[in-house]
Amino acid sequence: MLSLLFSNQLYLGLAQAGMASLAAMVVVLLARKRGIHLESETLIAMVRGIVQIVAVGSILVLLLRGPRWTSGFCLAGMMVAAGATSARRAKGIPGAFKVSTWAIICGAGSVIALMTWLGVISTAITSLVPVGSMLIANAMNTNGLVLNRFRSDVMAHAGEIETALALGADSNNSVAPYLQASFEASLIPAIDSLRSLGIVWIPGLMAGMLLSGARPVYAAIYQFVVLAMIFAASGLTSLVSTFLIRGQIFTSAEQLLLQPGG
Amino acid sequence: MSTFTTSDAVIVRCEHLGRFVKVGDQERVLIEDATFEVRTGEVLAVVGPSGSGKSSLLRLLNRLDEPTSGTVFVEGIDYRQIAPRELRRKLGMVTQRPYLFPGTVEQNVRFGPSQRGANMPQESVDQILTEVGLKGYASRDIAKLSGGEAQRVSLARTLANSPLVLLLDEPTSALDEVSKLEIELLIQRIVPEQNLTCVMVTHDKAQAARLAQRAMLLESGHIVRIGSINEVLHA
Repeated sequence: MLSLLFSNQLYLGLAQAGMASLAAMVVVLLARKRGIHLESETLIAMVRGIVQIVAVGSILVLLLRGPRWTSGFCLAGMMVAAGATSARRAKGIPGAFKVSTWAIICGAGSVIALMTWLGVISTAITSLVPVGSMLIANAMNTNGLVLNRFRSDVMAHAGEIETALALGADSNNSVAPYLQASFEASLIPAIDSLRSLGIVWIPGLMAGMLLSGARPVYAAIYQFVVLAMIFAASGLTSLVSTFLIRGQIFTSAEQLLLQPGG
Repeated sequence: MSTFTTSDAVIVRCEHLGRFVKVGDQERVLIEDATFEVRTGEVLAVVGPSGSGKSSLLRLLNRLDEPTSGTVFVEGIDYRQIAPRELRRKLGMVTQRPYLFPGTVEQNVRFGPSQRGANMPQESVDQILTEVGLKGYASRDIAKLSGGEAQRVSLARTLANSPLVLLLDEPTSALDEVSKLEIELLIQRIVPEQNLTCVMVTHDKAQAARLAQRAMLLESGHIVRIGSINEVLHA
């Protein structure tokens, strides 16, 4: 229907963005009726999202004409930004930004580097930056999930954790069940994506490859490759994050810093 | 009043112990300038109104919180010189809520020793459970315990670490009257039997009089009085 109203592609895009945002805001309003207030956070996230993607899209056009090494800077910037974004899910945990950034660098960064070295990801900017960004974005989401779950679990089980400490457990053992639960929960989206590939969803990358003339079987296999890389990057990010974060919530005398209401 | 035998030897000495926390821009005093001694073998009751700092004091003794001033000496040694895990085994804590770990009673009892790599013999597990009145409960799931039984398991779990001092934080406040009296009897029996010293936080002055030889009254984080039960509770 919108394509009938707008012949200019830019206006059509803006109208489509408007409709999609409207659908998102309807959900926010429904949540509001149940006392869940996501208005400002969602609105800011959507405005940021559209501005950022348009800006990055414009930069990407310039990058595509530049030397290959610029993609490294681009991905490094994305990893730092991803660290800052997911660190917000760990409110109250000291050093969350540092932990998140290192986790994403170790998780997504190492998988991108290894796969590029092996030739799984092409070094062409048109391939490296979009595929790399997918890995970073998913690592960011996983990191946000693991930190958020861990924070909630620690707050909810501060009594059990301090009981374990009072019985002579070290800080690692006292939070081990909550780290494990957080790690498992954070990987649910990546596992479900792999599990439902081709049945529940056909990802954009495969659709794009098909449109640009790639052989369907290769496009399908490469989509699996991307999802497997996403799983590896997310899993490694989550592992590093859980390893680093436990050191942030205790003092050197093994006292729990994260307290309910604290 | 109980008739435990105490000595004049000091097992725990607090010197100018204090802790404040920042709440927004303001500093809130939890404990200030607490100087007192706990004598070997005694039961010292810490009494006072809600928010007077009783539990905060116990957390400082167990070093679950860090003092912002002063320190604690355990057997004459500044407790900051003792590894926190070792200190917490020496000063075993039993909290108001038992916070049992998922699993069986036996797994809970074995928890402390297993943290230092010790495998507790089955006879020791059974003996501790018998001492707290839970003979035959070893394989029972903690989800099937009553409040009083859970608190007994919590006590057994702490005793499994062979502490020198028991820190009891309102151990009966969440229990019904029958369970409360049972736990009191248990404390009265176990403290002298196992040569323990006990610091017990309670809001119940009658309970303090039943169990303790000395009491300390706290108000707004300050020690108002410390001495015999008569001097403190009936002043």
